[in-house]
Amino acid sequence: MWRWLHPYAKPEATYQLNQRILPWLAVPGLILLVIGAVWGLAFAPPDYQQFDSYRIIFVHVPSALWSMGFYMGMAIAGLIVLVWQIRTAEWALLAIAPVGAVLTFISLFTGAVWGQPMWGTWWIWDARLTAQLILLFLYLGVLALYAAFEDERAGAKAASVLALIGVVNIPIIHFSVYWWNTLHQQSTITRAVTRLEKPSIAPEMAWPLYISLLAFLLVSSALVVMRLNNEILKREVRRPWAQALLLKNSSKT
Amino acid sequence: MNPRRKKRLALTSVIVLAAAMVTGLVLYALSNQINLFYTPTEIVEGRGDAKVLPEVGQRMRVGGLVVPGSVQRHGDTLRVSFNLIDLGPAEITVEYEGILPDLFREGQGIVAQGVLVAPDRILASEVLARHDEEYMPAELARILKGIEHVPPSQWQNADYNRDKDSRDEEQEEEQENNGYNSTGYNYDL
Repeated sequence: MWRWLHPYAKPEATYQLNQRILPWLAVPGLILLVIGAVWGLAFAPPDYQQFDSYRIIFVHVPSALWSMGFYMGMAIAGLIVLVWQIRTAEWALLAIAPVGAVLTFISLFTGAVWGQPMWGTWWIWDARLTAQLILLFLYLGVLALYAAFEDERAGAKAASVLALIGVVNIPIIHFSVYWWNTLHQQSTITRAVTRLEKPSIAPEMAWPLYISLLAFLLVSSALVVMRLNNEILKREVRRPWAQALLLKNSSKT
Repeated sequence: MNPRRKKRLALTSVIVLAAAMVTGLVLYALSNQINLFYTPTEIVEGRGDAKVLPEVGQRMRVGGLVVPGSVQRHGDTLRVSFNLIDLGPAEITVEYEGILPDLFREGQGIVAQGVLVAPDRILASEVLARHDEEYMPAELARILKGIEHVPPSQWQNADYNRDKDSRDEEQEEEQENNGYNSTGYNYDL
């Protein structure tokens, strides 16, 4: 595996790989996003008790799930920064953090908008909501710490430590609704999947949700890949390979 | 793996594990404070291993299922009272004056915040709905669970009080047919 992974320590190799996979993420991602949204918002039947308000699930659940998923990705990049000290991983940290922060914000915002009519309150300090708010602060903290150092590599190291320690928060977010009593309901899909049960959501509502989940993953990954390539180019602009690339692209236009 | 990387990996793992342990212990110690609400059983029998009873006059939240048939409206005012249960036999009465959330229903999970005015009675200043993790179309809910959700804001239009008895009977019949009952569904606190 190491022999297969090693080339990507070189920024140029990562850049080329990213350029190759970007269309495979972006195009299906955008198509699925449209399908999921139209199916979920217009064609899925209304819920028996929440009526049309439940439709926020098609945005809320994907953003919340991937806010945690991308955090794990960022933490793995952080581990590579600390142990293997690979610069591409430092830039990956910087590429993932804003995307994850936006996903976290979307989940908090849609949750509040839904909570007001359904629960009767915008916000409550229960374990799930509080842990998710901490996740937002972790993302912002990683970004702030990264920028707080004069020396970029020192900043990356500090941000990686924070990103890694913040991993503790991920199981807390997920299990908060089981460990403590909260206002937030328990999970519909992940729990059923891990227990090999049928999720307690009707299939005609579940399918657009699965599509939205996949779409959010693909689109967010495409954004991360684009950001990572920008970071790589920004730092490597004086290197021969980047110069050659620039020449090629400018002669094309 | 070269020895310096190995050392860094070990150090990083120790730091992360230590952070996890510290957080775990803190959360364990605070678990009673993190719980959002008391359950009716906890109010009657006490909370935690020490069986600490809440005091009368204490501000608190209580969460549980609305006992079917216990919802009483007082004339044309917004005053309403209902009982809450959880897995135990204990029942707590909640009195509230205000607009109920749209998800409120008999058998629904709710969280009420207020003052404990008697050992088993809460004067609520806020009632929040806490629904379960099930999503289904109205048709399916009627067939499977015998539930037809009417938001409190529609109660008067739906002639809630006049039809209530006949509706309850229908529900009971359907529940017998399906082997479901409105409080028995999956709700672990």
